[in-house]
Amino acid sequence: MIMVHDPTQELKFLQDGYGVNRKVIAYNYFVLVGPNDDPAGIEGLRPLDAFRKIKEYGDAGNAIWVSRGDGSGTHAKETRLWTAAGYNSTELSKLSWYWERGAGMTDTLKMADEKDGYTLADLASYLNNMKTGNINMKIVVEASEEFLNVYSVIANNPQHSNLTAANFDASMKYIEYVTSEEGQQLFAEFGIADFGKAMFNPYIKLLNSGSDPDLVQTIQEYAYFDGSECPEAYRYQAGNLYG
Amino acid sequence: MFDTITDAFQKALQLIFSGDPEVFATALRSIYVAGAGTLLACIWSIPIAVLLGLYSFRGKWLIKSLFNAMLGVPTVALGLILVMFLSRSGPAGFLHLLYTTNGIALGQALLVTPIIVSYTSSALSATDVQLRDLAKTLGASHLQTNIAILREAMWATVLSLISAFNRGFGELGIALMVGGNIAYMTRVLTTSISLEATKGEYAFAVALAIVLLVMVVAITVFVNLVERLRE
Repeated sequence: MIMVHDPTQELKFLQDGYGVNRKVIAYNYFVLVGPNDDPAGIEGLRPLDAFRKIKEYGDAGNAIWVSRGDGSGTHAKETRLWTAAGYNSTELSKLSWYWERGAGMTDTLKMADEKDGYTLADLASYLNNMKTGNINMKIVVEASEEFLNVYSVIANNPQHSNLTAANFDASMKYIEYVTSEEGQQLFAEFGIADFGKAMFNPYIKLLNSGSDPDLVQTIQEYAYFDGSECPEAYRYQAGNLYG
Repeated sequence: MFDTITDAFQKALQLIFSGDPEVFATALRSIYVAGAGTLLACIWSIPIAVLLGLYSFRGKWLIKSLFNAMLGVPTVALGLILVMFLSRSGPAGFLHLLYTTNGIALGQALLVTPIIVSYTSSALSATDVQLRDLAKTLGASHLQTNIAILREAMWATVLSLISAFNRGFGELGIALMVGGNIAYMTRVLTTSISLEATKGEYAFAVALAIVLLVMVVAITVFVNLVERLRE
């Protein structure tokens, strides 16, 4: 069972036969964080304009971008945002202001903090590191459609020869739980006690409530494959997981 | 898994013979940090080794034991302490060495100091016993005797430097923590191997590991060859 946040890689994972029964379970937003004095002055800009301004200030030697560079979901998002802003991140990584870190979120945030750099972070990691005093940075661009981050669960495919030892039934039980009302409620509440706001938003709850069809559509455009969270071909003994 | 291993060896050969510029640059960075670290360590390690190897003073055994004990210092521990010292809020933050190749070199210099001190001082004291009596019988002064001992122990010193270089060349903890494994800036062979393995790029990781091993073996064999020719 995997819990992930990179639709493109997820589809490949399903196509390669490693996983079955994908369910979209939650969403939140990435945040662009930077030094408290925001040297590139990007606070309040639209996400892609913010990326362009970081490039401009970086080229002038006045800003540093710290990239995860580890092939993670967050790194994939960064790469797509640079592409959308009109740049190739592989080319950018050769420039002196673009630091490709190749490490986890905490290490990357720590380096950005140490060097007064900017970076893209998931909200949970940012708030957590702020709380522990590991970093002292601020969110310069937040919660917008471009920064959408969608989490899914995928069960191990018991038909794959490498995965026969993995416990498929237990994976399915877990997926049933996180998609249940009780499981969804956990996402709605997690983090409130510690940070004053929830780290994740429950997707299935949003879908069932019918309260924000525009947002549902945005999420589906971002994370669904041909209009489905898990096309028929990638389902296996799914029970009533898909209604 | 067997397929992965054979793939890895094929990929390693391709990588070595294709002359991938970034792999080349990464290997050069590894040589630079280990080389600079070893040379830097010489500045203080050789005098300490001479002191411990040729002179007698109270508490000498204790200092020698401490250096011997530090031979196996864990690189992550040293890396962690260095990060705390070198970070902006740390006592040595003004040096701006965190996340630089020179920072890694400094860390490796500290790492290899016990290697140079222990091996060289042992070689000096071993030579000392045999040579001092002989030199004195031949009527050499104290200084002349010491110079003769240093010359005789030269080869052992060179070998200790090679060990020191190899230790730095193959260590991961300091390079990862102090250097930060930044692509095109502070990424060295070991940090690159670690990253590729985390990304699941096993073939590439093994290929880099082979490059690392081949270089270590080549350097050591070359030095030993020079010794044979010298004799």
